[in-house]
Amino acid sequence: MSWAFLRDLLSGVNKYSTGIGRIWVAVVFLFRLLVYVAAAENIWKHEHDEFECNIKQPGCENVCFDHFFPVSHIRFWALQLIMVSTPSLLVVFHVAYRENREKRHNQKLYKNPGKIDGGLLCTYLISLILKTGLEIFFLILFYKLYNGFKIPRLVKCDIKPCPNTVDCYISKPTEKMIFLYFLVATSCLCIILNLSELSYLMFKYSTKCYLKRHVKNQQ
Amino acid sequence: MDWGTLQSVLGGVNKHSTSIGKIWLTVLFIFRIMILVVAAERVWGDEQQDFVCNTLQPGCRNVCYDHFFPISHIRLWALQLIFVSTPALLVAMHVAYTRHEKKRRFRNGEKIDIEELKNERIHIRGPLWWTYTSSIFFRIIFEATFMYVFYYMYDGYQMPRLVKCDAWPCPNTVDCFVSRPTEKTTFTIFMLAVSGICMMLNLAELCYLVIKICMKESGKGA
Repeated sequence: MSWAFLRDLLSGVNKYSTGIGRIWVAVVFLFRLLVYVAAAENIWKHEHDEFECNIKQPGCENVCFDHFFPVSHIRFWALQLIMVSTPSLLVVFHVAYRENREKRHNQKLYKNPGKIDGGLLCTYLISLILKTGLEIFFLILFYKLYNGFKIPRLVKCDIKPCPNTVDCYISKPTEKMIFLYFLVATSCLCIILNLSELSYLMFKYSTKCYLKRHVKNQQ
Repeated sequence: MDWGTLQSVLGGVNKHSTSIGKIWLTVLFIFRIMILVVAAERVWGDEQQDFVCNTLQPGCRNVCYDHFFPISHIRLWALQLIFVSTPALLVAMHVAYTRHEKKRRFRNGEKIDIEELKNERIHIRGPLWWTYTSSIFFRIIFEATFMYVFYYMYDGYQMPRLVKCDAWPCPNTVDCFVSRPTEKTTFTIFMLAVSGICMMLNLAELCYLVIKICMKESGKGA
């Protein structure tokens, strides 16, 4: 069980997405998942070992590290990636439900079970709203947890058992910040893609509805 | 999840590339991605642990390392490879869109052979020519940008053996020693050379496509 599962899941979702949805999947794969696995993970690999405090007091380094990094950035992003990809499962389940229904009744109930209309449209819109909501939630949570989108070189720590205030140095702060900005930027890009897909679908189907009603009235 | 997914995506694009495009893809996979994963990552694997400074001052090593290596070579190459491979997706999307349109026409009653559609090699003509050419153009831009960023960030392509650091909290100036500088320089030059070869291949492919379309236009005009 690894990221390959998420990759397969997203490939399955790709079939039932709109054009913008497919761009979203490509952005998540290439610029978030692949960058995470190929680059970001290694930067945070030894973060605890390389976190150094100017003190010999045993336990001080551990306590300070725990205070400043309640949840490591990298684990936070892993959670974010998983949560943000999961709403797409709703669409896959709905299409499977439709196909199951057709099989049970042994007749063609839908012109095309994978086409986004009726109930599937609602499910798709809900999944888009959930995806966007989760992205924004994680960004705000990150901002609150780490007091902004920055990684300082030095933190001053004065928790027991550290005697007085102690200087602690974070390893590779610049590199971590570059990747932090990159991942936040791709997160924002995904939010924009989700919002445009939402507006596109709502516009498309409201005009369809309006035209249908207009034609009916004319008849 | 690793470079394998990128390989499968790009492999799909391979069918619709020119011969030079296929050579570029082979060079990318064997001499860049494979070398990165199999060799280069090991060389840079212990870079901070073995970065040693001539001081007992806690924090000095961290700060000096961060000052001289704002972003590790390995991560820069990984980003370069991802960005350079991305324009090929444009071509993949265009091909998928063309197939989708043909399928739609088939469903609306036009006679098209479905099996032939799946295995058809779509020729680089018309709008696809523009997509393909712009993807090559972007590839060249990304390669050049990353090579320049690398040169600018590290003042050249050589890894020094010794760097002198006086960032706080290091007292005065401190000597810091980089681990495996010769091996790292060798790989840097290797990756640079392959990057240059890839750029040459892209330029050649661009010229080939432009000449081909010009000849076709002049042939039509005559």
